[in-house]
Amino acid sequence: MVESTPENPNYNMSIVKAFAVCAVVYLVVGALVGDLIAWQLSFPVLNFNEYLSFGRLRPLHTNAVIFAFGGCTLMATAFYIVQRTCGVPLWSNKMAWFTFIGWNLVIVSAVISFPMGWTSGKEYAELEWPIDILIAVVWLSYMFNFIMTIVNRKVSHIYVANWFFLGMMIMITYLHVVNSLAIPVTLTHSYSIYSGVHDAMIQWWWGHNAVGFFLTAGFLGIMYYFIPKQADMPIYSYRLSVLHFWALMFGYVWLGAHHLQYTALPDWAGSLGAAVSIAMIIPSWGGAVNGLMTLSGAWHKLRDDYVLRFMVVSLAFYAMSTFEGPVMSLKTVNALSHYTDWTIGHVHSGALGWVVMVSVGAIYHLIPRLWKTEMFSTSLVNTHFWIHTIGTVIYICAMWVSGLMQGLMWRATDEYGNLVYTFAESVAAMHPYYVLRSVGGVLVLIGALIMLYNVIMTIRGAEQPKSDESKTAAAQA
Amino acid sequence: MGLLRVIQNYLGRSIDPQKRREKKSLQEKMEQNVLGMSIMIAIVVSIAGIVEIVPLYYLDSTVKELNRESDSIRPYTALEQEGRDVYVREGCFLCHSQMIRPFRDEKERYGHFSLAAESKYDHPFQWGSKRTGPDLARVGGKYSNAWQVQHMRAPRSLVPESVMPDYAFFDDYIIDETLTERKLRALAMVGVPYTEADFAGAAEAVRGKTEMDAIVAYLQVLGTMVKFEEGKDYRE
Repeated sequence: MVESTPENPNYNMSIVKAFAVCAVVYLVVGALVGDLIAWQLSFPVLNFNEYLSFGRLRPLHTNAVIFAFGGCTLMATAFYIVQRTCGVPLWSNKMAWFTFIGWNLVIVSAVISFPMGWTSGKEYAELEWPIDILIAVVWLSYMFNFIMTIVNRKVSHIYVANWFFLGMMIMITYLHVVNSLAIPVTLTHSYSIYSGVHDAMIQWWWGHNAVGFFLTAGFLGIMYYFIPKQADMPIYSYRLSVLHFWALMFGYVWLGAHHLQYTALPDWAGSLGAAVSIAMIIPSWGGAVNGLMTLSGAWHKLRDDYVLRFMVVSLAFYAMSTFEGPVMSLKTVNALSHYTDWTIGHVHSGALGWVVMVSVGAIYHLIPRLWKTEMFSTSLVNTHFWIHTIGTVIYICAMWVSGLMQGLMWRATDEYGNLVYTFAESVAAMHPYYVLRSVGGVLVLIGALIMLYNVIMTIRGAEQPKSDESKTAAAQA
Repeated sequence: MGLLRVIQNYLGRSIDPQKRREKKSLQEKMEQNVLGMSIMIAIVVSIAGIVEIVPLYYLDSTVKELNRESDSIRPYTALEQEGRDVYVREGCFLCHSQMIRPFRDEKERYGHFSLAAESKYDHPFQWGSKRTGPDLARVGGKYSNAWQVQHMRAPRSLVPESVMPDYAFFDDYIIDETLTERKLRALAMVGVPYTEADFAGAAEAVRGKTEMDAIVAYLQVLGTMVKFEEGKDYRE
């Protein structure tokens, strides 16, 4: 493999450190806001004032976890992987720091603008136009630096993890620019240039590919580097990785239309989206199988390697949710599942199960290597693993049950053809599941806090070796 | 040699003629050529978008004209549009869809299924993706103005099971009339057929109105523009 190149002292590891620490902090923030809005749905009295109401905080939650936590993880890992696999330092350190500052500026503006109600009203792309422009510039700086580092590489072949990052960067550029086009009224208000059915199709082309490229392709890049590294095994199949890479690049983009089954979007588009969705099980599972089979012959490592556990369980969740997704895109299933909590459960099995777990695994792998030390506490990593897994399972089970119940209650009719339940009755029936979901969220939040503590202690331990020595000296004296 | 390496990596081909004669698969070439790979990815990922999105602009059946009814779908009035902005600002679409599907139970609960033409002036669309609360596509005229105001101020005073936040603060904010004309002009730029008279009367139409007045005006017009004919098939 390519990583046989010796560690280059010129590698820019401080940018990786900065993004990795940010990712951990934003995981805590994202989980905190997410859990608050979960409690708001359980007990609406928690909508304290206009700035902290569910409708304004929900975009803050999604943006915090996707773009703040996910984005910082992707930037930390991409900058780490591209240097290590190309055998050269980053093309431009200055540009990398521009990316870092710019991206954090985007996040800070999001934290201000969502509670203020400055939103473009498009799901997962809520930020207003000046921030959208900043995102585009920062994103291009990230992509340009990444590509130029690959151009400089010392090895002939581009490592597979980098293909996935490249795919993500290119597609997200398309999506973000096209979907965000708007006519400004003021600095904090604008109207999408698209309307109605066209806006719906473009929005979900963006929406599903934020999942498909940002939250899948990028994190598969992470998987392709960190799982072989952590397991100390080569990737199971090169051919499979080529096949599933191109299938993913081609196929994922079609799926957006399956969010609009039975709506005013023409039938052909929704059906096309659903057909490709079913076909996408194959490349998705190709990736999952490739990751899991990399461990064949090394399964015993799971017994005591907690970091590897995060990664393996993440792949199990990935395989599960990439099966569930296509099933939900089928028209008959979608008729029941659409508009219900099942969708929320599905998203979180992907987000908490796949994205967070593979990221957390990668960060636990990175932190000791970046600071050239051991994790402060391995048993806390283990605690995080179990508490996060249990929280995730509680969350998604609660949402499955409530989603199915909603779907069935809404469509239930008696023998005379009258609706059995009022909408309000279905809302009341959700209460226990919303509470249960919030409890699952608390567990995830506690896990994230444990991680933050563990990471801070690890870094403090590594950066103050002198004080440790003096402590030992004091103890000996 | 550093420069030579950069050039080789850039072109994706070796400068050494001996190495160049070796036959390589396309994948093999792509893996050694970041520019080629980027272009290939850029092409591959754009196909689906072109196939799924572009025809929506050319196929007439996408937004069917409704003959007589088409005349009745009009742009929102200045006050309704201000109400719509409040609706978008508060993220109402995160819990309320505006898209009734052609199912029996949805017809019973919400009314006739939604037509594409009904949201043709909606920038952005607010079809939503989740029903934590009921669909609002045809909520217009379903309740009185007084009910809507009371429900906004304290939802649980009317629907005890509701988990909706209170929006009593809508009473405290007066619509900024200086922006209304600019808003309509921006919408006109993207195809909403507002007239000079609409622009001229925009500020006057919202003068002194609260956000509560605006949002109620918006809710009361939702789904009321098309007068459906009994027995007519609006979608194949």
